[in-house]
Amino acid sequence: MKSFRQALEAGEFLFTAEAGPPKGVDVSIMLHHAHDLRAKVHAVNVTDNQSSVMRLGSLSACHLLLGEGLEPVFQLTCRDRNRLALQSDLLSAYVLGIRNVLALTGDHVLVGDHPGAKPVFDVDSVQLLQIIDRLNSGRDYSTKSPKGETISGGNELQGTPEFFPGAVVNPELEPLEPQLIKFEKKVQAGAKFFQTQAVFDHEKFARFMNYARQFEVKILAGILLLKSAGMARYLNNFVPGIKVPQHLIDELKSAPNKAEAGIKIAGRQIRELRKLCDGVHVMAIGRQGYRRDTNPTTRHVNTTY
Amino acid sequence: MIISRQKPWDELTACLDGKDKLFLVGCGSCATVCLAGGENEVKEARSKLEAEGKQVTGYVIGQEVCHLLDMKRELRKHKAEVAQAQAILVFSCGAGVQSLAEISELPVYTATDTLFLGNIERFGRFVERCSLCGSCILNETGGICPVTNCAKGLLTGQCGGAENGKCELDQERDCAWVKIYQRLEKLGELDKMRRPVPFKDYSQGAKPGRRVVERKKIA
Repeated sequence: MKSFRQALEAGEFLFTAEAGPPKGVDVSIMLHHAHDLRAKVHAVNVTDNQSSVMRLGSLSACHLLLGEGLEPVFQLTCRDRNRLALQSDLLSAYVLGIRNVLALTGDHVLVGDHPGAKPVFDVDSVQLLQIIDRLNSGRDYSTKSPKGETISGGNELQGTPEFFPGAVVNPELEPLEPQLIKFEKKVQAGAKFFQTQAVFDHEKFARFMNYARQFEVKILAGILLLKSAGMARYLNNFVPGIKVPQHLIDELKSAPNKAEAGIKIAGRQIRELRKLCDGVHVMAIGRQGYRRDTNPTTRHVNTTY
Repeated sequence: MIISRQKPWDELTACLDGKDKLFLVGCGSCATVCLAGGENEVKEARSKLEAEGKQVTGYVIGQEVCHLLDMKRELRKHKAEVAQAQAILVFSCGAGVQSLAEISELPVYTATDTLFLGNIERFGRFVERCSLCGSCILNETGGICPVTNCAKGLLTGQCGGAENGKCELDQERDCAWVKIYQRLEKLGELDKMRRPVPFKDYSQGAKPGRRVVERKKIA
């Protein structure tokens, strides 16, 4: 099977899913889900202390997924690491076989379960992409030589990594223009693929794609698997950047089997969006408790891939 | 202006345990304006302390408590009152408190929490505007500081969580980057938002607290 990068460069329609590391050290459920996804998706994103809730690290979870025969996308946020830690973790990831990196600024610590923690944000997503680009050139982002002289262009690395960097964009934000400016900065900083925030409004997405098509990057539309009207309302109220429209909430509310309805909605979205973009990124938030054989991510991917 | 706020009374008096004779210092500048340590607040504190059995040996409202030489002179004028005191209680920002700690041998306590550098929006309402980061980018951002006004202090543009121009953390709060965008657009300077932004040099910032500025020649 082609790697994520090879498939992307070959112009295949891409499927990625999402794995959330556990809060703790029991990785069995995560690995069960991962096992189910094998050979069904091109890559699996591993979230990095998602929503600022402390969990097992993205880096080691990526490594475990590799061991399961899955290609990970290492989500890396700037919330918890300064520029030294970001670069060091990137190098660590590389020697463990991790190639795809999704550069994120990260949610604020205030939305998570350690609200008193110091939010780092030494650099942000655009600058993290610049860091990855620099590492890919065989140099780091240091400003001082081993002799103590001030330098520009960084110090040389022993061995040059070859990361495949991606980023995120929210195509439904209003006003959109500042988001597009940042998108363009991410492209210039070296992002090769974008996984979008959950898409619900296809007109807005088409408007975004119309703009994005001028750049040589691949766009994977974010598909968020809804499981109930309550979940949709919760997302609208508490998850930054997500807006589930009322007609989908109504559809879920009136459906006899909410989970099935959610999968149906996602399938419909994928069929419509695939005409516009290069792939889909399926997020199955809060489905970790599902039994293996009913894992909706797998089923969903099965029915559409 | 430096915005400070008086500590909760219980917290304040807890640290004065065993110190029954106090000399009070207020500040005629910022702390007066933000109602944390002007003459009114110091007098009010004096009454409350006396009601709790403390003796206030005297007080002074320095013009600028952060001005070391001025405060040295002020304290000298109140030498006798200070001599009777077991401790000095200061109603100013943290810099002012440290003036007294540097000038006096007595134990020095702060009556305030120092909050931020900000503006007076209207009487009694103060908003944070500057983080004293030491490398100002206001020229690039239409005079609106993202280091201070963006919850994440982002330098390269908005995050993905802003909704209708409001911050993802607080629907009452404007997204700094949406405001910057709107202002630069109005000024016809949107190209500034597209420019690459250098990494912030934190060695110019507040830590490790070694910042000293000295003008060699003063006309």
